[in-house]
Amino acid sequence: MALEILYFAWVRERIGLPKERLETNAKTVAELVEELKAREERYAVAFADISALRVALDQDLSDFSASLEGVREVAFFPPMTGG
Amino acid sequence: MRIVVQEQPFDFAAEATAFAKGRTDLGAVVTFQGIVRAGDTGDMERMVIEHYPGMTEKALQKIADEALTRWNLGDVLVIHRFGEMQAGDQIMMVATASRHRKDAFEAAEYLMDYLKSRAPFWKKEYAGEKSAWVAAKDEDEDALTRW
Repeated sequence: MALEILYFAWVRERIGLPKERLETNAKTVAELVEELKAREERYAVAFADISALRVALDQDLSDFSASLEGVREVAFFPPMTGG
Repeated sequence: MRIVVQEQPFDFAAEATAFAKGRTDLGAVVTFQGIVRAGDTGDMERMVIEHYPGMTEKALQKIADEALTRWNLGDVLVIHRFGEMQAGDQIMMVATASRHRKDAFEAAEYLMDYLKSRAPFWKKEYAGEKSAWVAAKDEDEDALTRW
């Protein structure tokens, strides 16, 4: 399954890129995070504390236990600070 | 309803005047404008707001739709900027119109509470060589529980 993965704010800065395409067999967001953490130190650092992160699946807020079935776009970012 | 996400400044007075104009059934219009604050220490020189194109519009739309189901509103306007801003610059505005003022006031507060922590914007402050992402406040998350 090919996923478009987007990073925003300090997650983007720590990983060093705004987005990437990834082939994965991860079934849930949590599995995807484990796969990313195992890749390189910068991912392990960015995802060290997922309680400090939020995730959106196809542009809707979701959670780390959510299934990736049918999902095309996953975004990771810190809690939002609009307004 | 109108949702606008843009980099350039907007004309608050013109937007407020045009909003719900000619609607003789609506007796109340509430407007709110958010301004870049200099910061508690006063050394913040500029702010850059990052957002998630696509999701931002979708999230704002969802928040405005929810306000329309909860209150008796004649119209809703949300404008939110992204990009670079200086202290004193406008960041965003909301406007709500209703038959009586209570709906317009409450819906405007609801919109503000939700777009602070449910719309994908992130603020970064710059002061000289230093920069820091603005951390989300627990009180902003807590504010959602009252709705």
